[in-house]
Amino acid sequence: MIRVQLPYHLRNLAGTGREVELEVDAPVTQRAILDALERRYPVLRGTIREHGTADRRPFVRFFACQEDLSHDDPDTELPAAVAAGEEPFMVVGAISGG
Amino acid sequence: MSGVRVLVGTRKGAFILTADGGRGDWEVSGPHFAGWEIYHVKGSPVDPSRIWASQSSGWFGQLIQRSDDGGGSWNPVGNEFAYQGEPGPHQWYDGTPHPWEFARVWHLEPSPNDPDIVWAGVEDAALFRSTDGGGSWQEIAGMRNQPTASTWAPGAGGLCLHTILIDRSNEDRMFGAVSAAGVFRSDDRGESWRPVNKGLVSSAELPQPEAEVGHCVHNLAMHPDRPDVLFMQKHWDVNRSDDGGETWYEVSGDLPTDFGFPIEVNANEPDTIYVVPITSDSEHFPPEGRLRVYRSRVGGNEWEPLTKGLPQENCYVNVLRDAMCVDHLDPCGIYFGTTGGQVYGSADGGDSWEAIVRDLPAVLSVEVQTLP
Repeated sequence: MIRVQLPYHLRNLAGTGREVELEVDAPVTQRAILDALERRYPVLRGTIREHGTADRRPFVRFFACQEDLSHDDPDTELPAAVAAGEEPFMVVGAISGG
Repeated sequence: MSGVRVLVGTRKGAFILTADGGRGDWEVSGPHFAGWEIYHVKGSPVDPSRIWASQSSGWFGQLIQRSDDGGGSWNPVGNEFAYQGEPGPHQWYDGTPHPWEFARVWHLEPSPNDPDIVWAGVEDAALFRSTDGGGSWQEIAGMRNQPTASTWAPGAGGLCLHTILIDRSNEDRMFGAVSAAGVFRSDDRGESWRPVNKGLVSSAELPQPEAEVGHCVHNLAMHPDRPDVLFMQKHWDVNRSDDGGETWYEVSGDLPTDFGFPIEVNANEPDTIYVVPITSDSEHFPPEGRLRVYRSRVGGNEWEPLTKGLPQENCYVNVLRDAMCVDHLDPCGIYFGTTGGQVYGSADGGDSWEAIVRDLPAVLSVEVQTLP
């Protein structure tokens, strides 16, 4: 099981707790996780990635294993600890404002 | 007994204020969608229990919420606003071409006759329509595909289609206003549009003050029983048209300043109109720190200040374009919200006011439903 942590507003929209678990087939990539997340919670479509292009929204970040993976290719395989469910894939609202 | 439901959109959520027809004893619910920007909340004139809300965030984008029980519960509906085809450029602030990009829904306009049809005015300026209650949205591209659109440039708030008026007696006829482009009219239910800005003069904002487009129209108002007469609060100037927008003339008259954002028409008196004068485009607060609604009972030019119950010292709030509305009771109720978080209401046509709530987040929009 892949563990995904969601920020406060997206948790509320999806009606979940802080962390959700998803079945994702290998290879486990950003795109595969987010596709599975949006299938489970259609309300999140357009909130993390843009409709149409599936680009990451500018003020959303992806962290895992203490690394910022936001700028990685969405089809790059994620760290093994994420694929094994040992570490969460974190969707984060970027720091913004003063 | 009849009643009213006031729908308030703020920077940090939506609030619903309800009262009976006396409009003196208010119940406040909210925040709905706490922490999100709610640009607009509006109910169907056909089915008042159906309400739509535009919910957005710089982080997580645009959602549309719908309630089918008068705001008691909400469900997200469609949130994909895709421009038709390959959108060309409009002008950017520096004069260079800039591609059309969806940012948010500014205004939701439910059909006066069909509870499943709702229109959306968006930034970058375009018109969308849903025919399934908000489940899906299609761009009606005639607005964005006009020949003048490549010359449109954003105002300080963005290039937004912020006002949609529909002639209740002839739904084919619609008006849309874009900042900073002007007023546009459709006579085929939104399929095609043309600029209707003749007579507008924007000396402070445009190198050609009487240009066909480029005017920073802030808001429009129409009495439903007299759809040929339109009132406009422009960046500077209050204007009026008696021929469905074909020609405009200024009716600022004796206002202390003719800058402002909202304009409204009394529901029972088509020649009674309301504006909230703001000092200037450089000073977005009431003149002398005194919050005054101005009323004209003769369709413009002659104005009287309405001050009873409104702060007359140290008041430096603004009232945004979609933040004033009227109910359909007699006497007519008027409501407006401020960037300081107050929502004021008058149950006597503007003669006196009370603060229904004082400490909300900055108010972006105020609409009212008159309930049976």
